[in-house]
Amino acid sequence: MSEVIAQEHKQSKWSMVGKDPYSMPIEEIDLSHPGIWQANQFLPFLERLRKEDPVHFCRESAVGPYWSVMKYKDIMEVDTTPDIYSSEPTIGIVDTFEEFTLPSFIAMDRPKHDEQRRIAQPVVAPANLKNLEELIRKRVCRILDNLPLEKEFDWVKNVSVELTTQMLATLFDFPFKDRYKLTYWSDMATAIPGGGLAKSQAERWEAIEECLAYFTRLWNKRIKEDPGFDLVSMLAHGEATRQMPPEEYLGNILLLIVGGNDTTRNSITGGVVALNEYPEQYEKLRANNKHIPNMVSEIIRWQTPLAYMRRTATKDTELRGKEIKAGDKVVMWYVSGNRDEETIVRADEFIIDRPNARKHLSFGFGIHRCMGNRLAEMQLRILWEEVMNRFHTVEVVGAPERVYSSFIKGYTRLPVKLHSL
Amino acid sequence: MAQITFIEHDGTEHSVDAKLGSSLMLAAVSNGIPGIDADCGGSCSCATCHVFVHSEWQDRVGEMNLTEEAMLSLSPDRKENSRLSCQIQVTEELDGLIVETPEFQF
Repeated sequence: MSEVIAQEHKQSKWSMVGKDPYSMPIEEIDLSHPGIWQANQFLPFLERLRKEDPVHFCRESAVGPYWSVMKYKDIMEVDTTPDIYSSEPTIGIVDTFEEFTLPSFIAMDRPKHDEQRRIAQPVVAPANLKNLEELIRKRVCRILDNLPLEKEFDWVKNVSVELTTQMLATLFDFPFKDRYKLTYWSDMATAIPGGGLAKSQAERWEAIEECLAYFTRLWNKRIKEDPGFDLVSMLAHGEATRQMPPEEYLGNILLLIVGGNDTTRNSITGGVVALNEYPEQYEKLRANNKHIPNMVSEIIRWQTPLAYMRRTATKDTELRGKEIKAGDKVVMWYVSGNRDEETIVRADEFIIDRPNARKHLSFGFGIHRCMGNRLAEMQLRILWEEVMNRFHTVEVVGAPERVYSSFIKGYTRLPVKLHSL
Repeated sequence: MAQITFIEHDGTEHSVDAKLGSSLMLAAVSNGIPGIDADCGGSCSCATCHVFVHSEWQDRVGEMNLTEEAMLSLSPDRKENSRLSCQIQVTEELDGLIVETPEFQF
């Protein structure tokens, strides 16, 4: 049943799949529909808009009218001007339904944003990460050591999902045996009803409510205990957060789960895809492990696990000569900025020793810059260190399957075979 | 030129001759000084060029603008003498400046 619904959705009138962006009137280009993203056909659309209409208004779409900001420099401007480009009421391209609104600080402006972010930050600050490094490495090693050699398996399921799930469980001090619920809830939180995972909004909501119930029990447990270094404890004891209403608590929990979930997962998978697409880079890596930290940044740039972030104009303003009205939806396409040749040399290429690799837009910039960025980088660095210790090649042996989303830029399946050193 | 000393978290000292008019961050990065990341390239958008200014220099490095204050306020390692080095301009007045870099840039 869900497959039939998904098909309808994919064949929707809004889908750009199979279309040539250069053979259509430019006003008709609409990046919001998940079709071209799942089909991996998005790059030429981004390219044409960057060249010919870098601040592009889409009049009609399944998500209503919206602006697309395509160039690195313009995205920086929008991202670092939160007074004009607000993160409220949502940073997703879909306008939120009233009854399904989940407040969290990613979708808040100052001063409330700052108050809440400051509470959650310490758990992922580098000082705390030092403590986690040993545990992460142990877990990485155990996962890698249990993988089959010379036999096809799914990297997404057995490595990317497994590793990030374990990491999340650690951050929340979440019961380890239930850790797959974290992945499930996160995937449901970002699922498009009919896209394959959730059949309907109601089903999505059911999962989210289950998440709230579980975390409420955890909250009630932690509040009685001494303040600890896990996220739940920090929220339950923090001055600015211990009085927060349940929807806000849930919103922040989901933010941290989602933030730490498919982004990292899809970067882990993305690195394997990239190295297979650029075998001379894989050779370079084999020749010298010292490339790993820089490669991690390059993977995150090349993959851009979150394709965009949305803002809402609080007043009439102007961007590259275009007049943006108060209330307009403005979408920063990080994935486009990350491939902008005006700012990044040979931007479509995966180059593991690229200079200024950290300059990419994938974490955003400004006050909302990804709080978990060092944690993500650390996981990726440790993973690749241990992969290179064990395998000559992680070989992709089948076509990657991608997520049905214009937001989450990732993989649902990657068939691989491992070849030892 | 102005001579700037960067002291790492572990005490290692580095001295550079910084170009006048450049930012303190660029002086560090172009001389390969460790401990400063400057992810955003100097646009006050990432807070990874964080330094601690030695007390006797604090009133000579210039005023902090609102954007710098906003970014710094989110840093868990912020101290009273914290600054973002991309916002400090190197002048003759700063010849002899001493700053420390934090253990981590976040």
